[in-house]
Amino acid sequence: MMEVHGEVWTLKEFFCYPNEYIYWSIQIVMYPFMTGLVAGAFVLSSLYHVFGVKQLKNIARFSLVFSFALLPVAMMPLMLHLQQPLRGIHVMMTPHFTSAIAAFGIVFSTYGMIVASELWFVYRPHFVATALELKGTSDRGLVDTCRYLLFSALTLGSYDISEQALEKDEKAVGFLAGIGIPVACFLHGYAGFIFGSVKANALWMTPLMPVIFICSAVVSGIALCIITYIVTMEIRKFLSRRMSTLGLPSYEELQSAEIEEVKLTSRYLVMFLIAAITLELLDLIFRGYTAVKSWDILREVIYQKDFYKIFVMQYGMGNLLPFILFKLPGLTVRRAALGACLMLFGVFMMRWNVVIGGQAFSSSFAGFMEYALPIIPHNLETVKEGLVGAVAVIITPYVLFYFINKVMPVFKFKGSH
Amino acid sequence: MDRRDFLKRTITIIAGAAIPASALEFIDPKRLLAAGSSDYKWVFLADTQKCVGCGFCVKACKLENEVPYDADVSRTWVERYVICKDGKMRVENGMPNPGFGINADSPKAGRDGFTTPQIDIGEGRHVEVKEEDISKAFFVPKLCNQCDNPPCVQVCPVGATYKTADGVVLVDRSWCIGCGYCIMGCPYGVRFFHPLLKVAEKCNFCYHRITKGMKTACVQSCPFGARQIGNLKDPNDPVTRTIMYGRVGVLKSEYGTKPQVYYLALDREVR
Repeated sequence: MMEVHGEVWTLKEFFCYPNEYIYWSIQIVMYPFMTGLVAGAFVLSSLYHVFGVKQLKNIARFSLVFSFALLPVAMMPLMLHLQQPLRGIHVMMTPHFTSAIAAFGIVFSTYGMIVASELWFVYRPHFVATALELKGTSDRGLVDTCRYLLFSALTLGSYDISEQALEKDEKAVGFLAGIGIPVACFLHGYAGFIFGSVKANALWMTPLMPVIFICSAVVSGIALCIITYIVTMEIRKFLSRRMSTLGLPSYEELQSAEIEEVKLTSRYLVMFLIAAITLELLDLIFRGYTAVKSWDILREVIYQKDFYKIFVMQYGMGNLLPFILFKLPGLTVRRAALGACLMLFGVFMMRWNVVIGGQAFSSSFAGFMEYALPIIPHNLETVKEGLVGAVAVIITPYVLFYFINKVMPVFKFKGSH
Repeated sequence: MDRRDFLKRTITIIAGAAIPASALEFIDPKRLLAAGSSDYKWVFLADTQKCVGCGFCVKACKLENEVPYDADVSRTWVERYVICKDGKMRVENGMPNPGFGINADSPKAGRDGFTTPQIDIGEGRHVEVKEEDISKAFFVPKLCNQCDNPPCVQVCPVGATYKTADGVVLVDRSWCIGCGYCIMGCPYGVRFFHPLLKVAEKCNFCYHRITKGMKTACVQSCPFGARQIGNLKDPNDPVTRTIMYGRVGVLKSEYGTKPQVYYLALDREVR
């Protein structure tokens, strides 16, 4: 029998229209999750660059580079989701501006350019220094020649690293970070608008959706930065113990720097978490109170079908538990790492409950649909829109980060920022 | 050339160019396309009293429009509603059935008719309502509403779906990127991905037929006249007369989509 897109993972119950399936599956859960991480990581780095939160210096540079590594990955789920991925470029070529998706290419590339230019200003002294150093080497091997070409290209011909020039750079970074914040929020609020403006979907349609998306985006972005920061710091601590020849700071220095940074960052994390929860609960209460036509089926989905996913996994494990972990006195690095992981999980579940939950009921308001995530793929469709595709999307930013870190080192770098 | 001369000549050239330029006009390509078909406004009329749920329309549609016959998607479908006297749903295996007060189904889009009193509730399960409990039962044909304010057209990010001047919403199969936003945007659930072409697919009132003076495949195949297509711009068209003088309903008007498929004897239970 001919298989229809979505049929393999959709379970229908009671009266659903014949053409209804879960058309927006795991990759559309990944898309707002990944753009949220991008936006959140950028906002965190801007706290230092724009608002001058000095203590965030280390994590700021780190989160800026990481948000750059995440950037291409925000696009990946969309490409994996499209039925005609090769035509994805049409969105840029013939954008149809009444559609909330049409401006994606423009917003996304604007944001990408801002992050790239900010990074360039931050790392310019490093590019210049490396290029000059390699230039001085007399017998360069193939690798070093390639590196030399890369770094001298990256300088864009600007070798001036005098005091005044660097001061100008700093100004430019501040400016870019400043305009970057609204653009990052727009990028993600916009993802929320894509859902919030679908009038045919009773769960999605709320003007609060963009704001809820931004707040949870910042939560997830900061949480991810905390986790990745802790992991890299642990590796450095391990290295500084084992190999004192590397010239790393001492173990104790790293230890105290780490916990200070984590403590401060987690404060922002909790702040945004409270904002996100407040809005989500407001939305829920409002729906119950106004109880329009769709409420009968929404109530069934929220309090019965998806109760475990919403109240236990998202609000309980993903929000309340990490909130307690962060707020208990005497925060340790280990506890912060656990809390941040749970927070990340909570935001992921929120995306899941919005995207999949929004398709958990039929437009007939008389039937339900359930999404069974394809775990072991048996064709291209179940690779792309199954566990394999989702994991690929999660891993890619780390792979990219590894390579970007080679060019723009996050830690071994003595710049003005 | 001094400044005075330069200004003089400039003014002369501008004035001279203005005359032919004023004759130029930017023509909206939409207007050109609309020129030929502006005498038509296609609408559909479905009479639920006449529909017996034979499924001929679904069969004809699938064959005419090359939607794979056995695939569980269809451009048009027939729904069966079985309303109970107490307004409640039946109990199945001792479990209350929370279908929100309606027993309805459309197995295989109603393609093979409704030959059994068993109501399909998904995943191979069925319920049966005792005859003495039924207050009313009826069939409702469904198809694309060709909305005057189509949300699917609004949300398409590449403009691959559009509304023609004669009122039909079409999909450009060569330009659709397959994002599924239009499927999400349709409150009637008429859209799906074509299993072979991998692009958005929907009923288009058999545009290839109606523009050549033929009826749609479903109208043609309906033995009971439950389905009719007409031209709203022709005041003598029987469909137009029914819509103008009869009492007709539309589906889900609350979404502001202005649907152009009209129903006679539309029950409040119809979803």
